[in-house]
Amino acid sequence: MDFLTLLQVLDSTVRLATPLLLACLAGLFSERAGIFDIGLEGKMLASAFFAAATAALTGSVWLGLLAGIASSMVLSAIHGLASITFRGNQLISGVAINFLAAGMTVLIAQDWFAQGGRTPSLMSGGRFEDITLPLAGTLAPVPIIGPIYAELISGHSILVYVAFLCVPATWWVLFRTRFGLRLRAVGEAPEAVDTAGVSVIGLRFAAVGICGLLCGLAGAYLATGLQAGFVKDMTAGRGYIALAALIFAKWRPWYALWACLLFGLLQAVALRYQNIDLGGIVIPVQFMDALPYILTVVILAGFVGKAIPPRAGGEPYVKER
Amino acid sequence: MTLMQKFLGAAATLALSAGAALAEPALIFDLGGKFDKSFNEAAFNGAQRWSQENGTSFREIELQSEAQREQALRRFAENGNNPIVMTGFAFGNVLGEVAPDYPDTKFAIIDMVVDAPNVRSVVFNEHEGSYLVGMLAAMASETGTVGFIGGMDIPLIRKFACGYAQGVKAVNPDATVIQNMTGTTPAAWNDPVKGSELTKAQISQGADVVYAAAGGTGVGVLQTAADEDILSIGVDSNQNYMHPGQVLTSMLKRVDNAVYDAMAAGPDLETGINVMGVGNGGVGYALDEHNAQLVTNDMQNAVDQAAEQIASGDLTVHDYMSDNSCPVN
Repeated sequence: MDFLTLLQVLDSTVRLATPLLLACLAGLFSERAGIFDIGLEGKMLASAFFAAATAALTGSVWLGLLAGIASSMVLSAIHGLASITFRGNQLISGVAINFLAAGMTVLIAQDWFAQGGRTPSLMSGGRFEDITLPLAGTLAPVPIIGPIYAELISGHSILVYVAFLCVPATWWVLFRTRFGLRLRAVGEAPEAVDTAGVSVIGLRFAAVGICGLLCGLAGAYLATGLQAGFVKDMTAGRGYIALAALIFAKWRPWYALWACLLFGLLQAVALRYQNIDLGGIVIPVQFMDALPYILTVVILAGFVGKAIPPRAGGEPYVKER
Repeated sequence: MTLMQKFLGAAATLALSAGAALAEPALIFDLGGKFDKSFNEAAFNGAQRWSQENGTSFREIELQSEAQREQALRRFAENGNNPIVMTGFAFGNVLGEVAPDYPDTKFAIIDMVVDAPNVRSVVFNEHEGSYLVGMLAAMASETGTVGFIGGMDIPLIRKFACGYAQGVKAVNPDATVIQNMTGTTPAAWNDPVKGSELTKAQISQGADVVYAAAGGTGVGVLQTAADEDILSIGVDSNQNYMHPGQVLTSMLKRVDNAVYDAMAAGPDLETGINVMGVGNGGVGYALDEHNAQLVTNDMQNAVDQAAEQIASGDLTVHDYMSDNSCPVN
């Protein structure tokens, strides 16, 4: 493998890891506050559709982004209503959101555009263009560092940089602010937070809202950054891989970054090389596709350190009567 | 009680005879829906063409769930609709159970073989159509490297790939054909993001024409090919319009012709396996105002000549599904 190929694979890794990273951080906020969220997939899908549809109708990618985030947050609010206010089962609510999004997007797309559940292809104003960072052209001839800067770091859409900046931001919010401390506490011991006079319900809704925002970014990136339009079921299981990454990362922001990059790298390698020949042993592409899940199971089984979920996760909070 | 039974019997006979007198053909769309810009819409267009030419109508239903397959089939059969046409291989099992119950009704199923005396099974020679677009790809390529991106890794898609590779090699024996499959689960049909990444990977390996046989994933392939300024080839229906001037051609599967033929035959529908190939207009390549600039006269002549040879039997394109192997790759 030469240097250029390596760069291309890493470049592909960054693109593939970005939606995973955003969805993974979304899940992190929600689950740290004690609300399990299977519905990441559905929220991304809804956001992808509304981002693409709005961008197609208005010609503005920014309005598309707003619409995507709004739709994702509406689904988050439904999830919150079902699992926080009405104390329903969080997993069932999440699954319901996935089904709702999968059916609703295709139905509305068919009604609006009559193109078999697709949106029309977006023109240039309706898409996030790749941005070239300053000095990318001048630095490119510099050996090693030049190509890395020009090819790998520069030339992504703005949402990629937003996603990567979300990692330190998430770390800072969760571990360096009062809000973050309370949010984590609400996932571990909500009764303690309640005793301190802080609203458990309010905090959990805030967490679910942030989750909706980040899922919205992820979906909009898929439909208007990576692609030029919505195709039915276009998230293709990325929400579930993000959940796997979240467990792999043991619910920590920096680990989440590395987990998502690793899963992105595995995908990129699987796409680039169908079957990998390691001196006699051929690794089939199916194995590479399955590897994220296998790794997650290994982690869950406790072979590589233990993944301990937030203690109050999955349980609706009932005030003592 | 006996009186009641007589009445019911009479009513049923009346209803049945009334239904039989209509004998309208019926068309059942698969879950993709009628206006899917692809398979089902092509079927609808064929039926529409038949109905306009003959001034008659046909019955139709769009399925909403798996459970409705058998229900819809039985409803139409009880109604006396004849023939009943259905799109998609997913009807295979259900039709196998239903068909023997209605020996006087003729059924036509597209893309699947059901062995029953009153069923016409329409299958397409996709490898022949892929061969033709493979020739075009090789003639349009400047680098001598062309790509193929399949959806889910199943024998049917390998059949596309194999026909394509044979067409490429027929024009340029030294050409390289890069083949990639998107995945091994049904999600591979709807993953345009992976389609894009695969296209980028193939471009970096030198491909300058990419053929997508991948359903919704192909949307991403065609988009990336247009963004990166290389040529792409669409599949099933004419996708040239999606990026005018950047889609070299599309491999056409004339589902509309198959539906039209079945409806035109009416209740006298000839049963058995009906192979739609290059010879009888079942498969082909698309030429319209969007790609007229890309396909030169020489290219068109060469492909039309090959099509004639295939039709006359002078040229045989190997079918991957006949022995699960491909002579070239």
